Amino acid sequence: MTIASPRVLTHGVARGTIALLLQPLSLWGGLHLDDGTICDVNHPQHGLSLAGKVLAMRAARGSSSSSSALVEAARRGVAPAAIILARPDPILAIGSLVAADLYGLQIPVILFPEDAWHRIPADGEALVDASASGCRVDFAVL
Amino acid sequence: MQLESIDQALLDGAFGAASAHAMRLLVRYGEVFEADRFISIESAHIDGCLYHGPSSINFVRRFVDLGGRVRVPTTLNVAAVDVVHPGWHQGPPDLLSEQALLTALHEELGCVATLTCAPYQRMLRPGLGDHIAWAESNAIAFANSVLGARTDRYGDFTDLCAALTGRVPYVGLHRPENRRATLVVQAPAIDATGLARDLYFAAMGYVLGARSAGHVPAIVGLPPDASEDELKALGASAASAGAIALFHAVGITPEAATLSQATGGADAEAATIAISGEELRAAVRSLCPLLAGERIAAVCLGTPHFSIAEFEHLARIVDGRRASVDVEVYVSTSREIAAHVERTPELGPVLSFGAKLVVDTCTYLAPVVRETTGAIVTNSGKWAHYGPGNLGRRVGLMTLEQCVRSAETGRVAAS
Repeated sequence: MTIASPRVLTHGVARGTIALLLQPLSLWGGLHLDDGTICDVNHPQHGLSLAGKVLAMRAARGSSSSSSALVEAARRGVAPAAIILARPDPILAIGSLVAADLYGLQIPVILFPEDAWHRIPADGEALVDASASGCRVDFAVL
Repeated sequence: MQLESIDQALLDGAFGAASAHAMRLLVRYGEVFEADRFISIESAHIDGCLYHGPSSINFVRRFVDLGGRVRVPTTLNVAAVDVVHPGWHQGPPDLLSEQALLTALHEELGCVATLTCAPYQRMLRPGLGDHIAWAESNAIAFANSVLGARTDRYGDFTDLCAALTGRVPYVGLHRPENRRATLVVQAPAIDATGLARDLYFAAMGYVLGARSAGHVPAIVGLPPDASEDELKALGASAASAGAIALFHAVGITPEAATLSQATGGADAEAATIAISGEELRAAVRSLCPLLAGERIAAVCLGTPHFSIAEFEHLARIVDGRRASVDVEVYVSTSREIAAHVERTPELGPVLSFGAKLVVDTCTYLAPVVRETTGAIVTNSGKWAHYGPGNLGRRVGLMTLEQCVRSAETGRVAAS
């Protein structure tokens, strides 16, 4: 299944298993920077690894440090490969821009409209290809 | 995007290579949010001075190497350790030197090492309508909501780029139309909830953050005498539970003299929700899984940083009382307010109770608590939210009075 032309916040190509979150997560205080698992004990998916995954969550929450958490996780190789949001988030967007600027690591951040959200498979893989000329997302159900 | 001559000059390097690089990042950031122009800011508050790893240093060092200098008054948020009391640091020794380097690099850029998450208490109080670029979720919520200044929800990196250029894209909460309330939230009266006043504000924030995602909420029914510290607690809790960067409290906050002002005249169109006393009590239960009588290791207060008024209140409560020798009591605040507490005789009871004043940082992120097994109690909704994940500890949210009683006995006090 392909979903064409979601809005691109930041560029990159990424492939990974989908991590579909039931609730928003603050990456700072919510993502363990040693191994990329969710360490927020109040989050229903506490313990789930986001490392190398295509992270899908409707919105971010919380801390201004989430941009630093994203860049530091990228530097350590445990960041999500791509992020799909329903609402634009300035903090994750700048984190993605700086990961590319400092280390050349691209973590595309794209927006999916709320009415297409149900099409993201909970158990599946995604290929995200986001550039200035457009964006394509392919899902494969595992 | 329509760039003004100052923006072009910044890009062209007329203000140095560091400002040019910062401006390039900001233009890219502005494109992400479809900005049509940039505006000037009056001040910046930097959250990126908290050490997360080598990437924190890599980012700021590049601007130092390029000879950068901030172009507006710029304060620093908390750091990862209390360098005034290095003996209290229980984490890896390298963290002290790495954090000291990160702070020094920011100072080389002209930032003032205030090292507080509450710069609005004493250092920098922006006025109604002032455009600023502040990071740190509680500082953002306070500046927007309580002071009526205008900042978007800035994160680490954007904050420093804004400081180095004095410019930000004109998007988000800088624009008046985005500051209007889109959700009306009916708050229950304190008496109807059965909660103590401090728990009421912490829980209101927590439920507000969870239930008004994607909205600017206007709260109706908060007590009209809500203090600045109570609004600080509410905003910090709301920003932890959601991405709340601006709330209006009708009849209390400066852009909400009436509901109609808060909504920009569109109160009939705004959706309305009611928060019940039971929801607030459920939030408190979820943030306090501790059992009465359970052993505690520490009490942590001051998240966000304790104000002078909060120290005065604490001094009255603990006068003549003493914490158990087995319980560590920490109050986080700024160096400047800590110095005030230490030289003010009326605040002596805080110190004779056994409290230690942690400065430059916060106990929910800095490894300060020595004892490694018992639970930690706090009256801060924000601490109770982040503490368990950050520190891997059992944490309980309770009233200040209950925290003090628990400190006296070393056991979780019954409510």
